[in-house]
Amino acid sequence: MPLVNIKNIHKKFGDLEVLKGVDFSVEEGEVVCLIGRSGSGKSTLLRCINMLEQPDEGSIEVFGEDIVHTKDINAYRAKVGMCFQQFNLFNNMNVLENCVRPQVKILKTPKEEARNRALLFLDKVGMQDFANASVNKISGGQKQRVAIARSLCMEPKLMLFDEPTSALDPEMVQEVLSVMKELAKEGLTMIVVTHEMNFARDVADRVVFMDGGVIVEEGTPEEMFTNPQNEVTKAFLSTY
Amino acid sequence: MERFIQNILKILNTYGSSLWLGVKTTLFVALTGTLIGLVLGLIVGGIRAIKLDYNASKASKASKKAIDILLNIYIAIFRGTPMMVQALFIYYLLLDYIHWTYLQAAVVVISINTGAYMAEIVRSGIQAVDVGQSEAARSLGMSNWQTMMNVILPQAIKNAFPAIGNEFIVNIKDSSVLMIISITELMFQAKSIAGSTFLFTETYFIEAIIYLILTSIAAIILNMIEKRMNQTKVSLPQSVTAPENIAYAVEKENIGGNSDYASR
Ligand SMILES: Nc1ncnc2c1ncn2[C@@H]1O[C@H](COP(=O)(O)OP(=O)(O)OP(=O)(O)O)[C@@H](O)[C@H]1O
Ligand SMILES: [Mg+2]
Repeated sequence: MPLVNIKNIHKKFGDLEVLKGVDFSVEEGEVVCLIGRSGSGKSTLLRCINMLEQPDEGSIEVFGEDIVHTKDINAYRAKVGMCFQQFNLFNNMNVLENCVRPQVKILKTPKEEARNRALLFLDKVGMQDFANASVNKISGGQKQRVAIARSLCMEPKLMLFDEPTSALDPEMVQEVLSVMKELAKEGLTMIVVTHEMNFARDVADRVVFMDGGVIVEEGTPEEMFTNPQNEVTKAFLSTY
Repeated sequence: MERFIQNILKILNTYGSSLWLGVKTTLFVALTGTLIGLVLGLIVGGIRAIKLDYNASKASKASKKAIDILLNIYIAIFRGTPMMVQALFIYYLLLDYIHWTYLQAAVVVISINTGAYMAEIVRSGIQAVDVGQSEAARSLGMSNWQTMMNVILPQAIKNAFPAIGNEFIVNIKDSSVLMIISITELMFQAKSIAGSTFLFTETYFIEAIIYLILTSIAAIILNMIEKRMNQTKVSLPQSVTAPENIAYAVEKENIGGNSDYASR
């Protein structure tokens, strides 16, 4: 059974129908890249997976659980990491505290243990030296790596990335992508909305192209980048 | 002119201790009123800012709505009527049930009054916190309450600090209306001194100078605290990579706070 199993979801914002019947599933350990034009509904689909948006229709099952109707959404969200374009590190906490506080408050991890785990994951993303830095004193690439570490501290079974490198200066993109590549290699299940086609080509097991609120075409990076079937996909990919 | 100065010295000499009592009472009432008012404002502003989860039960949605209406009524009443009237009304209303002193009543009234203003200040402080902050908290699995306490309120208080400090200065001045219920604050003391000396101009001149000194010192201290807070951590909107002082100025403008402490 797939880890993520979405059937026919619809989502409207006012009169604007952003998702028009999307079926989407992800197997355990799979890395899926979501690509498509601006406004095609990629973020909305991703945000539905941890219920930051609620679908109007359709079903979403993750880890075999109906998350649209789950009683304890917070317990579910704790198992799903999310990284945002704007990083969204907590401004009132330093780097280490950003990684410690969620563990202590949500998982009720003892402080000392939480601290050790935080340092471990900060080390993994190469940010251990900045543990006591203020989040406003580090670069965008460093912020995104801390945000990844913060998620990893929760030991997620699934990670969602919404254009994690789009707000970064070009020279910082690689440091974030290489951390993500590492996670993919370790077998973490990841869904990545991205405009980094090289990343999608190298790392994704499957590439999904969305347009106008539906999935138009999907396949292996090989199929999608060398031999797209759909005209819209072709037109989109030719812009890269 | 010489006479004026002589009279002032005479008043200070004879009534120095009652003026000093007035200063102490004024500061006590203004400070406790601001602090208790802040706590009230955080509770009221926090409750009003909480958006219930999409999956909250019908009952909790209905009670949230009822609570919001009550809180709005509280804010409207206490911001929409003079504190002098509030003081008289509440003092006499409750006098039969709790045999309270004037001072107790004064502290209660100024606290509730300040709370209504603080609730609005806290609300705009909360609105100035980037939505990404609460989205990140919720995506990690924090509850509404945890998000509010750990992420939103600490930043909101910081955002709103200039406006919060301003309430203290306003209270130093506005506590003067509480003389209506005979507490020995500065205004009350000055009025009795003027009444027994008949040196009205001189007495009220002294009073004005004392208020000016108190509010100036308070403004200096608040400015120092504010500078301190900004040195340690600046809460920038994350997307902004502009120089920090520019971004911070923009953010403060958003919530209508400013550092030139002035009256409302
Ligand atoms: N909360 C919202 N309220 C109203 N409209 C929204 C909201 N969120 C998204 N939209 C609209 O829904 C449409 C799809 O948005 P979405 O963010 O899913 O697109 P996207 O594929 O992620 O685009 P981008 O590449 O620009 O991030 C857009 O037209 C957007 O303006
Ligand atoms: Mg998007």
